Amino acid sequence: MGTVTDIEKALSDWATTHYGAGAAIAGLRRLSGGASQETWAFEVDAGDKSEALILRRAPGGTAATRSSEAVTLATEAALLAQTDKAGVRVPGVRHVSPPGSPLGEAFVMKRIEGETLGRKILRDEEYTLARTRLTRDCGEALAGIHSVSLNGLPELPHSMGRDQLDKYEAIYRDFNLPRPVFELAFAWLKANEPEPATPVLVHGDFRLGNLIVDQNGLGAVLDWELAHIGDPREDIAWVCVNSWRFGQTENRVGGFGQLDEMLDAYAQAGGARFRPADIDWWEMLGSLKWGVMCMIMYSAFKTGADRSVERAAIGRRVSETEIDLINLFEGLGRNA
Amino acid sequence: MHDAPSAKELVEAVKSFIDNTAMTQLTGHAAFHARVASNALATVLREMEQRPAAEADERTRLQALLNSQETDVGALNRALCEEIQAGRVDLTTPSLLTHLKSTTIDQLSVDQPGYSGLRTAAR
Repeated sequence: MGTVTDIEKALSDWATTHYGAGAAIAGLRRLSGGASQETWAFEVDAGDKSEALILRRAPGGTAATRSSEAVTLATEAALLAQTDKAGVRVPGVRHVSPPGSPLGEAFVMKRIEGETLGRKILRDEEYTLARTRLTRDCGEALAGIHSVSLNGLPELPHSMGRDQLDKYEAIYRDFNLPRPVFELAFAWLKANEPEPATPVLVHGDFRLGNLIVDQNGLGAVLDWELAHIGDPREDIAWVCVNSWRFGQTENRVGGFGQLDEMLDAYAQAGGARFRPADIDWWEMLGSLKWGVMCMIMYSAFKTGADRSVERAAIGRRVSETEIDLINLFEGLGRNA
Repeated sequence: MHDAPSAKELVEAVKSFIDNTAMTQLTGHAAFHARVASNALATVLREMEQRPAAEADERTRLQALLNSQETDVGALNRALCEEIQAGRVDLTTPSLLTHLKSTTIDQLSVDQPGYSGLRTAAR
């Protein structure tokens, strides 16, 4: 199971039940695929109606060995459905296919047109209007995600700030590659840990790259693989981490906006009222996490798991997060 | 030992081959990896030029910070990490942040001289 013909056949059968006997699928093509996930694009033509769709599928259609944190495809589909109901802009789910079915473990969702590349969104004239709206759009989207009732959700990992700090510190110590800036960040974060907020649904990777942006602003929130139950400030801070500002450092929110404005939109949309200072600890944690993640990717090279030049070179990006941490430390001094 | 061509000249020659010959004939994933490879060689060239002086400065600062005669920079950094972890050195320690900032700026000037955070740090 898993050839293009098999997938085409399974999708055609599904299309005729879902859209009517005359429905046919066209243009099936692979967009990307890693070890844990395949993404395909295709269209359904059903006479007067046609729809552009995306298929997300486990490789070969069988349950994959995804990273320990990543949620299953079925969970991802359920999260899209729940957040859709909460008014968050997400691709509508059209079909969920269980393991063992002709299509294999997969789901089908609506294809949203727009751009995901951060540099293009921040630079291209096409997105001038979008950039003026994106800050509020993100505040509202996050408020919507964080408002989802935990009762209706599938089983998700629980991970609050301290859990993440401990987890990433353990990974860092295992590498035995001492870095004084990270050492200082771990010590400072532990000494200044804020009171945990009421746990909410957290997207876990809310940043440019995982947001579809069209000319009018935010089109859809993608990539729910790292969703978990956690602290709402984690999501708010992650989109502020300098690594995702693509050079536009003066705009704390994703390189396009000011945090005050996003926090206002967040509160007006029903989210808790946070001050920018409430986000500092989480932004520091975010930079530190990304730094350790770069070390993890480099370790794939060091251990021989992936000898690509790309995995080797990413080890020389760890210092980017170190300078971000230094800049954050200096900011603390100025704001004190 | 001979030095003609020097290590620097050899790296420059390989980088030039990637940039001017290989890259132009590659597409897709291979072209991406060629660009990464070229950037990695640029890092090597910057490191050859900048590391000796940067590391000497780092050693001097670490020795003063830790009041140590140790000359191995790796050992000094390990000692600093232990001091921070034990809580004996923190943000209130005079010259700690200044030292870390200088070291990180020097490191990033080798690793990713175009990174935005470097401009912020210089302000």
